[in-house]
Amino acid sequence: MKRIYMDHGATTPVDPLVVDAMLPYFTEMFGNASSLHSFGQEAASALEQARQQVANSIGAKPEEIIFTSGGTESDNLAIKGIAYRNSKKGKHIITSTIEHPAILNACAYLEKEEFEVTYVAVDSDGIINMDELKKAIRDDTILISVMHANNEIGTIQPISDISKLAKEKSIYLHTDAVQSLGKIPVNVDELGVDLLSMSSHKIHGPKGVGALYVRKGTPLQALAHGGSHERHMRAGTENISGIVGFAKAVSLSDERFVDDAKHMTILRDSLIAKVMNSIDYVALSGHPTKRLPNNINLRFSFIEGESMLLFLNMKGIAISTGSACSSKSLEPSHVLTALGLRPEDSHGSLRITLGKDNTQEEVDYVVDALVEVVGRLRAMSPIAGKMKLN
Amino acid sequence: MYNEKVMDHFSNPRNVGEIEDADGVGEVGNPTCGDMMNIYIKVEDGILTNVKFKTFGCGAAIATSSMVTELAIGKTIEEALEITRNDVAEELGGLPQVKMHCSNLAADALHAAIENYQNKQNNIK
Repeated sequence: MKRIYMDHGATTPVDPLVVDAMLPYFTEMFGNASSLHSFGQEAASALEQARQQVANSIGAKPEEIIFTSGGTESDNLAIKGIAYRNSKKGKHIITSTIEHPAILNACAYLEKEEFEVTYVAVDSDGIINMDELKKAIRDDTILISVMHANNEIGTIQPISDISKLAKEKSIYLHTDAVQSLGKIPVNVDELGVDLLSMSSHKIHGPKGVGALYVRKGTPLQALAHGGSHERHMRAGTENISGIVGFAKAVSLSDERFVDDAKHMTILRDSLIAKVMNSIDYVALSGHPTKRLPNNINLRFSFIEGESMLLFLNMKGIAISTGSACSSKSLEPSHVLTALGLRPEDSHGSLRITLGKDNTQEEVDYVVDALVEVVGRLRAMSPIAGKMKLN
Repeated sequence: MYNEKVMDHFSNPRNVGEIEDADGVGEVGNPTCGDMMNIYIKVEDGILTNVKFKTFGCGAAIATSSMVTELAIGKTIEEALEITRNDVAEELGGLPQVKMHCSNLAADALHAAIENYQNKQNNIK
């Protein structure tokens, strides 16, 4: 059976060119970048070249890039690293209600250590409430962290507007750009951020590697203690092959992301329009235009997401759902709840995240499959019956 | 996450639909919690001659609904009342632990349908 992967928000296949770039660093140039001999120097040189590539891509200086194990570590280093190092200045942090768990749970952890966190609400499209954000700022606020684009609904936040507020009050600004990198322009000066999280495996790079951008002069405390790697900010022998792969994925995306984004936008809009035309009682979650080019989040009334996902999986289609029934906690998606959706609406939600290699043919196949699956499940649903659906 | 038998009952559910002149109807769950089941029964001489279901919910909710209809058809009222949530899960070869409580409501829906039938009978008498 042909399989169609439309879950690129979860992870992406590694680009073969990335694999090629990585391979020599496993067997030939395997040195430890801290070693002074030629093996070590090859690794050190690869590391610094990769740092330059990643820095160039986001308009940063190489010394402002700390390589990490991925988005979650970058988020933790940003939140806790700023909090611990600046706690004499204040112990108040502002974030949004729709952040990734890496931010929300790092904040929850700090709340146990006498930090205070304000969670600013979003509107029904997922855009942060700027008035509420302004009002949340206090004299002891040390950090604002708002994600660049949301992982579930793809809504893009007005980071540069938030930056103006933060700068007026000399508050550090962090953004999680894990989902936006490689899909929309990410430039640290245009965004006006002091810290920015990146992940490799969302942009056709390997898993287990990412980076945190830290603007020069931003005081940060390391969380992992050991050697003097990454300018004392992240101890541990560098994952050279992973970092080389990440940097290769970044440069490939720099070359082609404008074309890829156009392609995915066309597919995204086509899929949404076709679903809306052929299925009743369906709505789009997230902002209609201020959204990632590859993100589609639809909610289908009267049916449940896990059932849809299972049927689609049997047809070879890989997507994800915000339904409580598919989560280990049995809680509906915190993002959909923050939009003001009732649990019964969230239950029928599907997230489709396109990739650069998806085709119109695949989109059409998925739409046909959705029509069939939704029809089948609604025929079984006691609620749909009451609504007199066909 | 689900075994083959659960997936079979999920993808080819038995006895889906409503019974227009049902002798009893049971409804459990609600859309807010993500699972809602309706069970319709037809009773002749104290035996469940037909059982159908309509379910809103996850894979486990649909599979358990399908299984409970299979278990109940042909049983006497007394036998059907003895079918438990655990029986349904066991007949399906087991359910993921997280689903045992939230989505395993089919036996409750069957019992509710029988209760509805018995109440109607008592009213007639």
